Amino acid sequence: MKYLLYILKRLVSLIPVLLGISFIVFFLIRLIPGDPAATLLGSHATPQAISELRSQMGLDKPLLSQYVTFLGHLLQGNLGYSYVYSSSVMDLVTISLPVTIWLLVSGTVFTLLIAVPLAVLAAARRNGIADNIIRAVPVVGLGLPAFWLGIMLILIFGLKLGWFPVAGYGASLADHLRGMVLPGVTIALTLSPILIRSLRASMIDVLSSDYIVTANSKGISTARVVLGHALRNAAVSSVTVLGVNLAYLTGSTLVVERVFSLPGIGQQMINSILGRDFPTVQGITLVFAIMVVVVNLLTDVTHAALDPRVKLA
Amino acid sequence: MSAVTIVGPDVPAAPEAGRRIRGRWNPPLVAGLVLFGLIVAAALCAPLLTSQDPIKQNLADALLAPGAKGHLLGTDALGRDVLARLLYGARVDLRVGVLAVISPFIIGSLVGLIAGWFGGWVDAVIGRIVDMVIAFPFLVLVIALVFAMGPGTTSIYTAITLVGWVAYCRIVRGQVLVAKEQEYAMAARASGLPTWRILLRHLLPNVVLQAIVFSMSDIVLTLLAIVTLGFLGLGVPPPTPDWGTMIQEGQQFILTKWYISTIPGLAVVITGLALALIADGIVEKANR
Repeated sequence: MKYLLYILKRLVSLIPVLLGISFIVFFLIRLIPGDPAATLLGSHATPQAISELRSQMGLDKPLLSQYVTFLGHLLQGNLGYSYVYSSSVMDLVTISLPVTIWLLVSGTVFTLLIAVPLAVLAAARRNGIADNIIRAVPVVGLGLPAFWLGIMLILIFGLKLGWFPVAGYGASLADHLRGMVLPGVTIALTLSPILIRSLRASMIDVLSSDYIVTANSKGISTARVVLGHALRNAAVSSVTVLGVNLAYLTGSTLVVERVFSLPGIGQQMINSILGRDFPTVQGITLVFAIMVVVVNLLTDVTHAALDPRVKLA
Repeated sequence: MSAVTIVGPDVPAAPEAGRRIRGRWNPPLVAGLVLFGLIVAAALCAPLLTSQDPIKQNLADALLAPGAKGHLLGTDALGRDVLARLLYGARVDLRVGVLAVISPFIIGSLVGLIAGWFGGWVDAVIGRIVDMVIAFPFLVLVIALVFAMGPGTTSIYTAITLVGWVAYCRIVRGQVLVAKEQEYAMAARASGLPTWRILLRHLLPNVVLQAIVFSMSDIVLTLLAIVTLGFLGLGVPPPTPDWGTMIQEGQQFILTKWYISTIPGLAVVITGLALALIADGIVEKANR
């Protein structure tokens, strides 16, 4: 009951953030130098068409009423209309969003597969050879451009070894899974250095606490103490780190989708930018922000569920 | 940058305020400074290191392998010298990367100082604005802003400033909340000094260290953002050489001419490594 109340409170606190997001996205279009209507229609538009679009977009009305209209449309799920694709932006998003979610899931899974064993190993054999090597990883990983890493993985595992498809997403579930390996690993390799750092630190913290000392003195095997007793508690704080960074890395799906030709919303956003399709860029920017908000919400809710010490009040 | 969280747990959460950078040189700091110094020197001495023009096309000599006569690292699809483009590209990317961090640093630190010191509704309003900006993935908002303002370095600087200040604001605000309860801050207040003087002369020097540490990794992240913009065709307009554009141009030849994309990518990684070492070194010094 208390937990449900916490989730409810957390949801209510999202309202001002969502309003703020819509506000920023609304003002994006005002940044275009010159007349937005003229920009949208391109250089061959007649003055009449421009003025028609101006009134259609409400550009002749006061700014506040424009925003209210914009917000009203958003609440009805209307993200605008793409003149380039002759389609509603919502439809474009609905088609491409699942690909991006697949990519995020795949990235998270591979991140955990890479980060958890390495962090546990480093913490359990603190200051050993493995620990020192693993600790150097974040320093090198910080400046790794995701798109370049993707190209290198394509070169090695796609073209030279031929293990995975180099582009696209396929049609069947098996194709999807195979096609998501390299993009997922690309995200994982940029995300796991940070997670390794944090998980290692909290593992070391936990391993020095009283209950671990007790477990050790009872003669339980080291493996069981580390995996059974310590990891569970160390994982709690890492959920937050993973969540926050996943939110940040949501942005890198943009580039990863580009490199691997995955038809997700990131790819759609780039294509729309190159095609100067403003409503779609605006709509997808909003969708990205909402994804971050959702990931943050899930992180907090998971954290609260895992750690009873989180104040639910 | 919005990646405040990139600062790992190795960064001291709240070191005793008042601790300045001191102590002896440490290995990561020296290694980082030497490496970064070499990269900057190579960029500055570009005309001395290569006689090739980074922009001049020569289709007869397109796609030469590294080691070809006069082209140490080969040529790209338009017959431009890869080494020259790499060196001149370093000038562009490093300049933009370092400069683009300065204004978010200053603006964010000042706003964070004000938010933390005054608290109340000032803090609440600033906090809401920060929440709004942080809700967007850094790269997405920067790309959208650059797109809206049109390509070019001015747009890149402006976009990164508009998005990047929030990280500094959060870091400095958190430090101020701790520092303002300390005796020296209370003494300064009690002695009736003007607020601006307390903030800039007494508080700022004590809270800015965390922001400086973060700015090192922020340069890397900003550099990545700039290179990514170049890769997506939204960066510094061609034909100006830029590492991101070079990687993008080489991507279609990746199977046969792998080095065209690989070399500028390695340049980014090594630059990132140098700056990460410097950041680690500063943290280590501060913790001593």
